[in-house]
Amino acid sequence: MTATTPVRSAAGWASTVRLDPRYLPVLGTFVVLALMLAIGGTRYDNFLTPIVYSNLFINNAHLIALAVGMTFVILTGGIDLSVGSVLALSTVIIASLLEAGWPVAVVLPVAVLAGSVIGLAHGVMIQVFGVQPFVATLAGMFFARGLCFVIAPESIPISDPAFTALAGWDSWMGYFRTTTAVVIALVLVAIGFVVLHYTRFGRTVYAIGGGEQSAMLMGLAVARTKVGAYVVSGTCAALGGMLFAMGNRSGYALNGVAMELDAIAAVVIGGTLLTGGTGFVLGSLLGVLTLGTIQTVIQFEGNLSSWWTKIVIGVLLLVFVVLQRALSLRKT
Amino acid sequence: MRQALRHHLFWPVAALVALVAANTIAKPSFLAVTVTDGHLFGAPIDILRAAAPLLLIALGMTLVIATRGIDLSVGAVVAVSGAVALEYISASSDPGSPLTVLVAVGIALGLALVLGLWNGFLVTVLGIQPIIATLILMTAGRGVAMLITGGFITTVTSEPYKGLNSGFLLGIPTAVWIAVGLFVVVSVVVRRTALGMLLEATGINPAASRLAGVRSRTLTWTVYAACGLFAGLAGILVSADTMAADANNAGIFIELDAILAVVIGGTALSGGKFNLSGTFAGVLVIATLERTVTVLGISPHVTPLFMALVVVTVTLLQSPRVRERFAVAAIRRRPVSDGGRGAENGSAEDAAGAAGGAGEEAPEAEQAPVAGAEHASAPDDEKEVTR
Repeated sequence: MTATTPVRSAAGWASTVRLDPRYLPVLGTFVVLALMLAIGGTRYDNFLTPIVYSNLFINNAHLIALAVGMTFVILTGGIDLSVGSVLALSTVIIASLLEAGWPVAVVLPVAVLAGSVIGLAHGVMIQVFGVQPFVATLAGMFFARGLCFVIAPESIPISDPAFTALAGWDSWMGYFRTTTAVVIALVLVAIGFVVLHYTRFGRTVYAIGGGEQSAMLMGLAVARTKVGAYVVSGTCAALGGMLFAMGNRSGYALNGVAMELDAIAAVVIGGTLLTGGTGFVLGSLLGVLTLGTIQTVIQFEGNLSSWWTKIVIGVLLLVFVVLQRALSLRKT
Repeated sequence: MRQALRHHLFWPVAALVALVAANTIAKPSFLAVTVTDGHLFGAPIDILRAAAPLLLIALGMTLVIATRGIDLSVGAVVAVSGAVALEYISASSDPGSPLTVLVAVGIALGLALVLGLWNGFLVTVLGIQPIIATLILMTAGRGVAMLITGGFITTVTSEPYKGLNSGFLLGIPTAVWIAVGLFVVVSVVVRRTALGMLLEATGINPAASRLAGVRSRTLTWTVYAACGLFAGLAGILVSADTMAADANNAGIFIELDAILAVVIGGTALSGGKFNLSGTFAGVLVIATLERTVTVLGISPHVTPLFMALVVVTVTLLQSPRVRERFAVAAIRRRPVSDGGRGAENGSAEDAAGAAGGAGEEAPEAEQAPVAGAEHASAPDDEKEVTR
């Protein structure tokens, strides 16, 4: 018995590796991230330090929140172009209401609820009226951006003591620094993971992405789940706005312009297929960290200009998309 | 009335008329066009001139969307083409000579064509989804444009180049000649030859059209190349307007405006049937809307809000659910025998229109192979109804 056990476990290990091509894209992202960190570490001093890792999370907490919501929508085979604008709307609502003297305990729920309502409107337009997700969320994007300027055309600083105290809280775990924003973002990732893998809602999301018609024929609650996915995305975007306001201590209508592209890029680099049905929230987290690492490397390089970020992200997107395409071709 | 309501141009034209009416009420001289020095001046001419780049891009976008694709990179191509043309002119020894301008335009258009071919390559040869394939260039393209300008906003003085946008020919701005001329030429080519039908066939069912002998791959590739080329031309018009190569802001969000124009014009993003006249109306709606906001004295930053309202209204009115309501209301008013036929036609059209994911009544045509056949047959009924 002692002789057979190791053999069996080795075979089992080999078969799990072979059986899960679903994990390959995420593994690819992980390898790229590790490679970039390793190359950065050999090129620059002070690159592989806890402070760089901490800042990676602190600077991208809002993007993590957006990517979690976007993962839900993309898994159903849809897309949400409004997240950048909803983020801006949320920062503007928070800043203007705090300026008007409302308490934090009321302001934050109101801002997040605004995001949920916009998400609900998207879901209803898409599910009930059959509008394309691209068009519906594009309208939402314009709507939220315009609303920002109606509420406040100028940048509003946030000086509310309760909010700044909440945003300013941080904790040192050894040399790693965590802020409230990072904690909220990571909790959001954890919730997203649990909801997607351990609830009926999450499994229906995957089923819709895999084949909406089949999901419907199986008697799953397609309509409710699809609307729900957009509500999740709107809520996450508003939460992202809250985290963004925590980082910037201000609300401005031009926050997060084109940030929806970063969120989509992070989700795609994280291994989620835009056709829906395949992907993981943790992959999206890795995708955000990869984008963040590119920016960090370019900052460390110093003499490289900021536009290289865009080019590198584009090239990385290309590599991942071609890789995914090759994988999916081999499967069929 | 029912015929008019069903016509694909009804809602975009209604929106346009409403906007023009609002403008005329706010400023009675809105529609007045005066002739000064043999040139036409007035708000309608301004709107047309401002709409020229969008018109070019919406033209290419309509064709791309007809093949079930989308091109998000056009804004970046606008930036790249403007940057290349102006950089070449500013580096040349004689910025004012027509030859320099001609070469600059040639280089810019050539590069735009290459970018379009690149998109087409990703979509047709590698088989990447159009939205993600063009997202790559959308992200990287602006970086490339910044690389070309070195991060500066290059300003140039060159009379012939400036004339490409603000010059006049027979009293009408050059930009309008270029954009409307190209639009008419492409419309005639697409509708007077089989090209348009082949494009629709590709969009409705790529596999079936290939089996029927349509060279879908070549067609799709051509369409992306054309879209890039038109975007390059739009980039030249935009940069000739400002005479500055602004890699960050030239043509920003123009891809979204173009997609909106196409959607307002009644072309579904799910591909297949398209109508260029609708796109033309859609472009005019967007351009007039932007003008309206300034005429009414509202901050231009709030424009997106009105844009969203127009888009939501028009798309909801065109949505299968609402059109069904109209159809049902019409049937109730008609004799029974005719009504039955009307309902049949109506449901066939709804199935086609809803292919993008209407949910309960209409199956997702893109993902379900069974629904594909129904989808392919539906537009025939539709043609009888709408054209």
